[in-house]
Amino acid sequence: MIAIGMEGSANKIGIGIMSHPKDGSPPQVLANIRHTYVSPPGEGFLPKDVARHHRTWVVNLVKGALKEARVSVEEVDCICFTQGPGMGAPLQAVAIAARMLSLLWGKALIGVNHCVGHIEMGRLITGATNPVVLYVSGGNTQVIAYSSQRYRIFGETLDIAVGNCLDRFARTLHISNDPFPGYNIEQLAKQGRQLVDLPYVVKGMDVSFSGILAAIDSLAATLGLGGEERAREDAEKASNVEQQTSQNQGSDSDSGSDNKPTRADLCFSLQETVYAMLVEITELLIVGGVGSNERLQEMMGIMARDRGGSVYATDERFCIDNGIMIAQAGMLAYQSGFRTALKDSSCTQRFRTDEVHVKWRED
Amino acid sequence: MADEYKPPALPAPFNNTNPAPELLTQGAEGHLYKTFSLDPSIPAALKVRPSKPYRHPILDRRLTRQRIIQEARCLTKLIREGVSVPAVLALDWEGQGGDEAGWGGAWLMMEWIDGPVVRVVLEQWEAWMKKNASSLDAAQLEQENARVKALLRRIGKTIGGLHKAGVVHGDLTTSNIMLRLPTEDTEAETTPTGVSTQGEVVLIDFGLASQSAQDEDRAVDLYVLERAIGSTHPRSEPFMEELVHGYRESHRGATTTLKRLEDVRMRGRKRSMLG
Repeated sequence: MIAIGMEGSANKIGIGIMSHPKDGSPPQVLANIRHTYVSPPGEGFLPKDVARHHRTWVVNLVKGALKEARVSVEEVDCICFTQGPGMGAPLQAVAIAARMLSLLWGKALIGVNHCVGHIEMGRLITGATNPVVLYVSGGNTQVIAYSSQRYRIFGETLDIAVGNCLDRFARTLHISNDPFPGYNIEQLAKQGRQLVDLPYVVKGMDVSFSGILAAIDSLAATLGLGGEERAREDAEKASNVEQQTSQNQGSDSDSGSDNKPTRADLCFSLQETVYAMLVEITELLIVGGVGSNERLQEMMGIMARDRGGSVYATDERFCIDNGIMIAQAGMLAYQSGFRTALKDSSCTQRFRTDEVHVKWRED
Repeated sequence: MADEYKPPALPAPFNNTNPAPELLTQGAEGHLYKTFSLDPSIPAALKVRPSKPYRHPILDRRLTRQRIIQEARCLTKLIREGVSVPAVLALDWEGQGGDEAGWGGAWLMMEWIDGPVVRVVLEQWEAWMKKNASSLDAAQLEQENARVKALLRRIGKTIGGLHKAGVVHGDLTTSNIMLRLPTEDTEAETTPTGVSTQGEVVLIDFGLASQSAQDEDRAVDLYVLERAIGSTHPRSEPFMEELVHGYRESHRGATTTLKRLEDVRMRGRKRSMLG
């Protein structure tokens, strides 16, 4: 059986084709292609621009995926698409395309919860049967575990997602959004030496990031570290990195923590703080966009080792939003008899992970 | 990769006491031991917050220090105000007990409370009822329910006392509420279930507590407990009303807190937000 997965809940549109062989052998990824809308430094992506981007690319990507997978339209069993959660306009753009394909080709339509897509993909790739999931991305921060046919949310952010916190700080510093802001923060953080005091907000199993963002934003403003000017200086410095690192090491030995924090120090402190919070509220498997951060995976590894568990992390191809995960979760739902009628195929920005009846898993 | 778990070495002087501290539970934040204070005949609870190797050392020290001091401050304040919580016997927030003057984690030694946690009491009661409820006549059933209702009411009253003293717990679950075993001269209750609900209600684990008199914080405290009871004790959930009742009678500010609780329930972030 073959499923096409269409994902477009944020700034990436991904089309994936997945095959579940009838003989029960492991599912195969036939195609996994994606195109990302990148906004200029200092700006976030606006729903209308992202929707336009998705509309422009969707046909090309579906054609491309079918070609790459060497699959004809007749062989496809179902069209799976992200029904939510996510940004409204981009979700709609992709949902319309999915409905159109379903009607045009006469294929079953399957609406998929984005978070469940990540979880199912993580389970498939890592082989972890019943993991505790930390799902972190630009729009979501949840600690999830499975219990009697639901993915239940045990802890989550009380306000903004951790990825959103990083993205917005990247905007303050005018760090490039290419390939994604979190990656560039991580690179800059590697040069950070000094830990700045930031709020640390864990409440039971829940976390909060908005106060941290406000604190570090105002710190950056006070120190005059925000804005385009400084971003350009940084880029210039990066061109002679070696010189800079030797300077850093030199000043490191004879200086206390009284030095004025640098942009790198702020990124470093932000990362150390928010990731420590996440590790604190979790154990194990990391899915979602922020999951590809090396320091977060390292912290998780240390924590899990101390507790006799192990960490599974998915790599970038499957961590960052993609069509395959939608195809995978959609296929599981399809096989359990689930269908989305055309009249029920509207998408929603708010679609909680625990609303999905996980019929394909036994108790 | 699943190595057998070994708790980290105890900080001095507990690495050298006889009998050695006995590990009771390890939570996310710390390890709880049973040890003794001054003399082996005086049992004490020891909470150790070992350093977290995944965290940046500066951040780690800051958090550990902050939290252990916060916990101790809340406890001493509550003891002063006459709320039943374990008394503080000793603490080290600097982690001086590490080897070679290294950071050894902070610890807090508290009065030993002898008795079960309410989670176990309710679980046993619910298990018994599930199996045998059909064999009880209406009067007995009523009596059993009344006992649990009375217990919840006492819990509500104790939480009211806590809030009145200006402290919120931050992590109220039935695992953090204990029943201190009654002294020998009180008559043991005889019940068909064999599960006693007697004893003074004692609140424990103030690791996430803070000093606050805001209705919002108080209401969240109640909401967390309400949800905890709903998910772990389905049979006792209908009696939540009693807990609220006990709370309402406990202090004057309770009414506004309970009004706020309704708002908290309404906006409850776990609520479905479809549509």
